[in-house]
Amino acid sequence: MTNENLAVRASGVSKTFPTKAGDVVALTGVELTVEAGEFVSLIGPSGCGKSTLLRLIADLDGATSGELEIFGKPAAKARIDQDYGIAFQQAGLLPWRTVGGNIALPLELHGMAKTARATRVTELAELVGLTDFIDRYPDQLSGGMQQRVAIARALAEQPRLLLMDEPFGALDEMTREYLQAELTRIAGETGAAVVFVTHSIPEAVFLSDRVVVMSPRPGRITDIITTSLGDVRDEALRESPAYFERVTAVREALHGAPVERANER
Amino acid sequence: MTPRHTQGPSRFRPIGWGVLGVVALLGAWELYKFLGPAQGFVVGATAGETGSGVMLLPRTNDRAMPHVWDMVARLFQSTSGGDTPPLIVPVITAGLLTLGIAAAGWLIGVIVGAVLGAVMQRWRLAEWGLLPWIVVSQTVPLIAFAPIISSLGTQLDRDGFPWPQWLSVAVIASYLAFFPVAIGVLRGLDSPDRMHLDLMRSYAAGYWATLFRLRLPAAVPHILPALRLAAASAVVGAVVAEVSIGMRGGIGRMLIQLAGQGSSDPAAPWGPTLGSVALGLVAAGTVALIGAGLKNYRRGEATV
Repeated sequence: MTNENLAVRASGVSKTFPTKAGDVVALTGVELTVEAGEFVSLIGPSGCGKSTLLRLIADLDGATSGELEIFGKPAAKARIDQDYGIAFQQAGLLPWRTVGGNIALPLELHGMAKTARATRVTELAELVGLTDFIDRYPDQLSGGMQQRVAIARALAEQPRLLLMDEPFGALDEMTREYLQAELTRIAGETGAAVVFVTHSIPEAVFLSDRVVVMSPRPGRITDIITTSLGDVRDEALRESPAYFERVTAVREALHGAPVERANER
Repeated sequence: MTPRHTQGPSRFRPIGWGVLGVVALLGAWELYKFLGPAQGFVVGATAGETGSGVMLLPRTNDRAMPHVWDMVARLFQSTSGGDTPPLIVPVITAGLLTLGIAAAGWLIGVIVGAVLGAVMQRWRLAEWGLLPWIVVSQTVPLIAFAPIISSLGTQLDRDGFPWPQWLSVAVIASYLAFFPVAIGVLRGLDSPDRMHLDLMRSYAAGYWATLFRLRLPAAVPHILPALRLAAASAVVGAVVAEVSIGMRGGIGRMLIQLAGQGSSDPAAPWGPTLGSVALGLVAAGTVALIGAGLKNYRRGEATV
C-alpha cells in the first residue's frame, strides 16, 4: 500500500551495525506511521535507537531491512526531493555565514534566485522572531537563538515533514519551554508533520499528538501513547491534570511498570 | 555572547613581542661579543697546528662577529669601492628578483599542494598511497635534487620548450612550498563536523557543492597557516636553489659571493643575509594580508 497522505510509513524496519565484536542490532521490527501534519515524539533511554530511526527516515543511514516510505516514496527519493527539513541537537550553523546566510543555505544549494531567496529569508526570520538579527553571526547569538535559526533553516524549503533530533537538549529549561511553545505554533502555522526525538517526558507530552516509547537492546517500539491534548499547547496546559496524567502514562510505559504517583514532576 | 575578535591596543601586542624578540637577539649578539674571548676558547689544540682541537666558544673578534651597527652601516657604504652604489641597492634588486622567483614557486607549490590535498581527502586510497611519499619527499636534500631539475630544464629548453633558468629555481622552491599546503588542505577539508556533512547530505548536495559551501570555508583556518609556511619555505628554497644551480642575480648568489670576501670585509655578507630575512618576512606578511580578508571564516560558533 502506498499512501501519499502518510508522512512516514515504516514497516518491519531494522538496522544492524556491523562491528568487530559482531553485529549490533540498533533497531528491530519498527512499525510506525506518521500522518501528514501530525506531531510524533520518539522517546526512550539512550541506545533505544530513536536517533537511528530518525536518521533512517532522513536517509542519512540506510535500513538493513524493512520498508520505509516518506510520502509514499522511498527515503532516498524523499531526501533528494527535499521533502523534509532537519534540525540536530547542536544548531550546526556555519560560523562564517550570517543568520540570513545560514537560513539561505538550502535555498542557495537548490538554485533559488537571489531576490526570491531574500524574500523567503525575511519571511523565515520573522517566523522564528529573528528579524533584527539577520545580519549577525552565530557566535553573536545565544544558544536558543542559534537553535531558532536552525529551525528556520530546516523550514526553508517548506517541507511537509520536519525531523528534529533533540533540538532543545542542550538548552536551559526556560529557553527550552519557550522554544517548545514556539515550535508548536510554527508546526501549526506550516502544517508540517514533525518527528521529534527527545529524552524528556514532559517535552514529549507537551509537544506531541502521539508519543512513541522505545526500549533498548535491541532498539524497538514498545508502546505508542496518544496524548489527545488538543491543538492548543500553551503554558496553561503544563499545569493541567490531563497533561500530568499523560506524563505519568508515558513514564509508566518507559519503565514498563506503574510508578508511584508521588514521583510525578 | 562576547565577541571573540578583540580589537584595540591588544592587536599590537604581538608586534610588540616581535620587536622585543629581535632586540633581545641583537642584545645577546653584542653581549657575547663584549664578554666572549676574542680568539674563542679551544680545548685539545696541538700547538702550532691551526684548526686543531674543539672550539667550545666561538671567536668574537670583528672578523668573526662584526658589530650590529657595522652591519647596518655597511649597507649604506659603496658595494665594492669606487663610485659603486651603496650595498643596499644591489641587495634590494637581488632581493626583488629572488622574491619574484619565490612567488612563482609559491604559486606552483600552492596549486600542486591544494590538488594533492583535495585528491587525498576525496579518496582515502589516494591518502594511503600518496601521503607517505609526500612526507618522504621532504627528506630529500634540496642540494641533491636541484641539479636534476636544472638539467631536466636545460634538456627541455634544448628540445624547443623554452625553460629559463629562473623556472628551475621556482620549481625547486615549489618543492618545499607544496608540502605544508598539501597537509593543510587535507586536514582542513576533513575538518567539518559529522553534523554539517549530514546536513549537506540532507540537502542532497553533491561533492562540489559540499566542497565549495562547506569544506573549503571550514578549511580556511588550516589553510592560512599552511600558505604562510609555504611562503617562508619558498623563499628558503629559492635562495638555496639559486646557489645550487648557480643562477646569477639573486640574493642567494650574492650571499655566497660576499661570504667569500668575508675575511677582508666581514660586515658585507650580513647585507644579503638581512636581505633574505626581510624577504621571508615580506613573503609571510603578504600571505597574512590574504588572511585579513578572510577573517569571517575564522569565527568560531559559540558553544551553547
